[in-house]
Parts: sequence; structure tokens; C-alpha cells
Amino acid sequence: MHRRTLLALALFTGLTAPSMALAADDTIKIGLLATFEGPFTVLGEDGERGAMTAIAETNGTVAGKKIEIVKGSSDASPDSAVRAARKLVEQDGVKVLVGPLSGDEGLAVKDYAKTKPDVTFINGTSAAQDTTLRNPADNFFRFSTDGAQWMAGLGTYAFNDKGYKKVATVAEDYSFPYTQVFGFMAEFCKAGGHVPSKSWVPIGNKDFSSVIAAIPEDVDAIYVALGGADAVNFLTQYQQAGGTAPLIGGSITVDQTVLTSKGKLRDVLKGTPSAGPTADTNDAPAWKSFVAAYAKQPGAFPSPSLFAHGYYVNMKATLLALDQVGGDVSDGGKKLREALSKLSFDTPTGKVSLDKNRNAVADIFLTEVTEGSDGNLLNKLVKVVPQVNQTLGIPEDEFMKLGAVNRDNPSCP
Amino acid sequence: MSILDQPSSSSLSGGVTRRQAWGLVGLLAAAIVAWLVFAVWPQWLNAILISKKAFVSAILNGLTLAGLYFLVASGFTLIFGLMRNINLAHGSLYLLGAYIGYEVTSRTGYWLLGVAAGFAVLAIIGVVMQVFVFRRLEGDDLRQTLVTIGISIVAADLMLAVWAGGTYQIATPEWLDGALTLPIITAVRSNGASVFLTYPLYRVVVLAAAIVIGVGLWLMLNKTRVGMMIRAGVDDRAMLSASGVNVHAVFAIVFAVGAGLAGFAGVVGGSALSVAPGEDVRYLLASLVVVIVGGMGSITGAAIGALLIGLAEQIGLVYFPTYGVVLTFVIMVVTLAVRPQGIMGKAR
Repeated sequence: MHRRTLLALALFTGLTAPSMALAADDTIKIGLLATFEGPFTVLGEDGERGAMTAIAETNGTVAGKKIEIVKGSSDASPDSAVRAARKLVEQDGVKVLVGPLSGDEGLAVKDYAKTKPDVTFINGTSAAQDTTLRNPADNFFRFSTDGAQWMAGLGTYAFNDKGYKKVATVAEDYSFPYTQVFGFMAEFCKAGGHVPSKSWVPIGNKDFSSVIAAIPEDVDAIYVALGGADAVNFLTQYQQAGGTAPLIGGSITVDQTVLTSKGKLRDVLKGTPSAGPTADTNDAPAWKSFVAAYAKQPGAFPSPSLFAHGYYVNMKATLLALDQVGGDVSDGGKKLREALSKLSFDTPTGKVSLDKNRNAVADIFLTEVTEGSDGNLLNKLVKVVPQVNQTLGIPEDEFMKLGAVNRDNPSCP
Repeated sequence: MSILDQPSSSSLSGGVTRRQAWGLVGLLAAAIVAWLVFAVWPQWLNAILISKKAFVSAILNGLTLAGLYFLVASGFTLIFGLMRNINLAHGSLYLLGAYIGYEVTSRTGYWLLGVAAGFAVLAIIGVVMQVFVFRRLEGDDLRQTLVTIGISIVAADLMLAVWAGGTYQIATPEWLDGALTLPIITAVRSNGASVFLTYPLYRVVVLAAAIVIGVGLWLMLNKTRVGMMIRAGVDDRAMLSASGVNVHAVFAIVFAVGAGLAGFAGVVGGSALSVAPGEDVRYLLASLVVVIVGGMGSITGAAIGALLIGLAEQIGLVYFPTYGVVLTFVIMVVTLAVRPQGIMGKAR
């Protein structure tokens, strides 16, 4: 028994030692944290493609140093994200970490970031409002926008252009969908709309038919903020139940990760309005060249999902800032963080800069699902809402009075 | 010997027996449920329970989910009941069956062929597992548990490598599509027209299939020679072996049926819901809870457990979604506290 233990120990050190020794001067390690397991696996894989697209643009080097990516995997739960972040920081010794992907994960990693002041954290696509709005961490940066920002323009469009007066919502029960519903309702309620019923569903739920049956029959449309497998399940079962009310999509509900799913859900998705940080039919040359670069990644979707986009933008920002400081993080990342806070650059979706809480101000795209010429479902660009900030254009003190997002806030029955 | 079988002393003095009392309670409950389902609800009831449509749908969905859980758990309980083998790779069998069903259905275009393939392939895999894994570890509970956990982890990663992390939907045939209008009035419009409840036809078929298979299993166990051997094996394995029965063959049959049912449930469940990584753990957990509540080794117990858990899950999802998951485990904890051997389980 004793000998076996020794053997195991020896093997273990043998496996971990090289990764520690390799942190030599001519390479720079960047941690990449995304959901490579659980219900958001597809989303995490596309996030990785986005990050890799940014790295491929600089041929895998920054400031003359070779980039070494260390991947960490979570399953969309906050504790798994912190575990993966701890592993990357404390075992692999990364000083720069890009991620995580999901809302609650972002809140948890932000809290973890506070305990590691000399490590620099750059968001992946996690988009809960309070990751940066309330009680932010000095070393957590978000160059992707939050879930409420993503909804800019949608509430007004649903009320004025689509003529929906009464909308029920169905969303997962955690911080990101709270933020999305908040962003939608902020405009929709202000325009005069009503939301009589809100269903919050546990993440990873499979059987939505009871939830579908509980939606009031007299609503004009259903706002759906579900992601990945959850969205596929909901939409399929909605189609099976013979649902007729039109849908309004949350940003990740009509994302490429869902639009590319096989099955009959395509029929209920066509014509669904949504809003988010990307639009598939964006004509801007910068977007087109990004799509072309992204398409070189193995297993790429017909068009990059918002996860590919978010990870790309955040990784790009990381590389730009690292380049400015000559890849030097030996001072505990102080210079790097300074460079990051001042960074303003042109992304495939327009100019991005940070506010004082280190949250992005960027363009948002109002879209509608259409069938492309090759039969793929696409988000057609309807309108660009320029430079949306985290308080949605509302003065900050007024915005803070609206309170933190949760199941019951906001409310306009 | 359950308490229910013994007439209580009060029967002698002309009162009701315990069994009659339970019967009365059952009748009353059935009457209440029947009223809830068929009557037009007054306003106050709609106010409490959201709407009749939501309530009746939750009940129906609970029943179909119970059907699915029963299919998975019956195999699990059979394998445990006879062989004391806790097969913690049972969830992987479900997921593999679903993937095989998807491949066969999408390639041939025949859904029924996919269902048959799911059953057949997994039945074979079940026999292989029995011969190569469990036969070597007979009577060694801890190692069986660890080895099957290991198999489930390896299987999950292999499936992730082959089918990636995407969500698959097994296409149901045209004749199973669409909704059924049930003779249940959910509301009356102001012009006097009744609104009838519609329910997906496919889910009704799932429920019917579960009932047919449940009855079939019960008949097999209670009316056939193989069933007799299995039951004898559940009660006393050594004695059965001593009386000249090839216990290994019986074991193999049970394992084939159990694993095949898991594969079958995978295809049926993958058509009703969807197929994705992680389903294996979900269904393993569900069948563990079902079997613990219903009683290890009992088909009737698995049916009762599946009903309780399926209904609890769906009703929880509609009426208190955030804490719905807790309901399932409350049922399990209460069962363990009051009747540790499970509702239909035998005390040993």
C-alpha cells in the first residue's frame, strides 16, 4: 500500500511539474475558463473558438512571447467556476484569466477575484448586472456588455412596432436571466406594456410542458430567456403543445447555439425579435472579416454565436493590453490593469470602451430570426442601438434606485 | 407481511377494518381528483392553483414523466433485487440508448426501428456487462459500486467524444405528432362555448407504453417460469442455485431486460424531451430516488415511486419552481424515516 501511494505521488508530481516549469520568460500563460461540461457545453465550446480566433490573429504570440492557453472547465454552476478558477490561478499559476461564461459564475469569480489582487480577471461572456454594477472587484474587467444592455431597444420595438401589450416571461432562475428580463421590462413597461406572469425555471430543466400550460392564454407574446439545451427543450415542447403565441427571444435563446439545433423548433423561431451584442447579417466589413476568421476554427457554427463574440472581444482586449505593457505582469499586473482600464478599441461590432466600474459601453443590435438562403436560421439585423452603457442611458443615481435585479424586480403586472 | 394484510381487532366488534378504512380514504382521494379534473373550476380555485389548465397539465405531465422514470427504474430495481448489484452505470445505459435511437432514426427515417435498436443494442451491452464485469465481482458490493461508477464516467466521456456536447432531438413520426383534445373542460368562454384541454399525443403514447410494459413485466414476473425463477432468486439465491437452476442464465436475462428497458426509455425519453450530456446522471439519480422510495427489487414499488416522484417534480415546477427540487428529496427523506425499506420493500 505504501509503495503504491508513493508511486501515485510520484506520478502526480510528474504530471504537474512540467506545467509549472514551463512558465519561462518567453511564454505567457493565459487561463481560459468556460463551460466545457453540463447544459452549456455547446456554448462554452463556441466561446473557446472565439478566444482562439483572437489568438490566431496575432499568430499565437503577444509582445514577442508565445501564448500558452490553460483551459479550465466549469458546468455553469458558481462553485464549479470558482473551483476551476482556483485551479488555474493556484495550481497552474496563471496571472491573466479570461472567463467565465455564465451569469452566476461571473458573480462568484468576481468575489474570488477580490482575494487575488495580483491576478487580472477579464470576463468571458457572463452578463449578470451586479458582476460590475454593485460592489465590483478592482481586478475584474468586462469588455462584453451585460444582459440588460443586450436588451436595449427590444422592449420599445415589441410594444411599438410589434404591437404587443401583454407579455408573459419564461426564464431560467439565476442572475443572468433576471438581468435580461430587467433589460426587456425596463423599456417595455415604460412604453406602457404589462407583464402579468413570470415563470422562473431551474437551470437544466427538461420538461417544460407544465410551465407552458401555466402561461396565461390571453398574452400577446411570450418572452423567452433560456439558453442552450433548455431553450431547445422549451421550443420543441412549445411546438408540440401547439403553442400559437409569438415569441420574443432573450439574447442567448435565438443565438446560433440554439438556431443550429436539429428538429421542429425551427418553425416556432422564425420571425422572433430579439436583441444582443451581435447580428448575423451585420454588413460591416469588420464583422465580415471576423466571421471569416472565426469560420477557420474547427467545428464552427455558420455564424459566430454571442459566446464566440464575447470571448473574442475579451481575449482581444487582453492581448491588446498585454501588448501595450510588453507582456510584463511581473509587477502583479498593475500596469496591465491600468492599460486595460484605459483601453478603447474597435471590435467586429463597433467601438468598445470601459466605464468607471470596468464594464463595457458598446453597440447593441436589434434582430429578427429569418431563414438564410442556405436554409440556416439567422439573426437579421433590424437596427443598431449605438453605445449603450450599463445604466441604459438612465442617470446612475436614478438607475440604482430601481434596485438590484431579482425574480420580483422589476414588476408591472 | 405488511400491516395492511392483518385485520385489526376492531373488525370483530362490527367497526370498519383497517383495510376498509384505507379503501375509504382512497375512494375519497379518487373522488376529489376526479372532481378536480372533470368539474369546471370556481373562481377561487383558479386563483389558488393558477388555472385548471395548468393544474391538469401538471398532473398529466407528472404521469408521463412517471412513465419514463418507471421504465428506467424498473430495470434498475430488477437488477438490484435479484443480484444485489447496484449498477451505477444505469444512467449511462439510458443515454447510450438515446444516442443509438437518434442515430438509427435519423439514418433510416423509421422511429420504431430506432426504439427497437435502442432496446436490442442495450440488452446486448447489458449481457456483456453482466458476463465481463458483474460475474467477476459477485458478492463484492463495494467493488461493484466503484467499478460501475468508473464505467459511467468513462462512458460519459466516450459519448461526449462521439456525439459532442450538442442537444439532440429524436424526430417522432408524423402519426405521433400533434395534440389530442381530451374530454376535460378547462374553461367556459363568455359565449358559453367550452374550452377543452389539448395534450400532445406523443406523451399519451409514452404513458400507455409505460403501463403496457409495467403490466407485461408484472405478468412475466408472476405468471411465467422465468419470472418464478427470478422471484425465487430475489428471495433466496443460494437455494435457487441448489435446486438446479442456472442462476447465471437467469442473471443474464434480467440484466438484458433491465439494460434494454433503460435503452428503450432513452429513445422514448429522448423523443419526448431531448438528448444531451448529463442526462445519464439525471436519470441515475431519478431511478435511485424512485427505487429507494418504492422499495428495492419491487416492480410495483418502482411504479409507485415513479408516480410519486414524477408528480412531485411537475407540480413543484409549476407551483414553487425554485424549491421544487426539494420536494423530491423530502419524499425520499420521509420514506427513509418512516419506512426505510421503501413503500413496497420487504424488511430484511
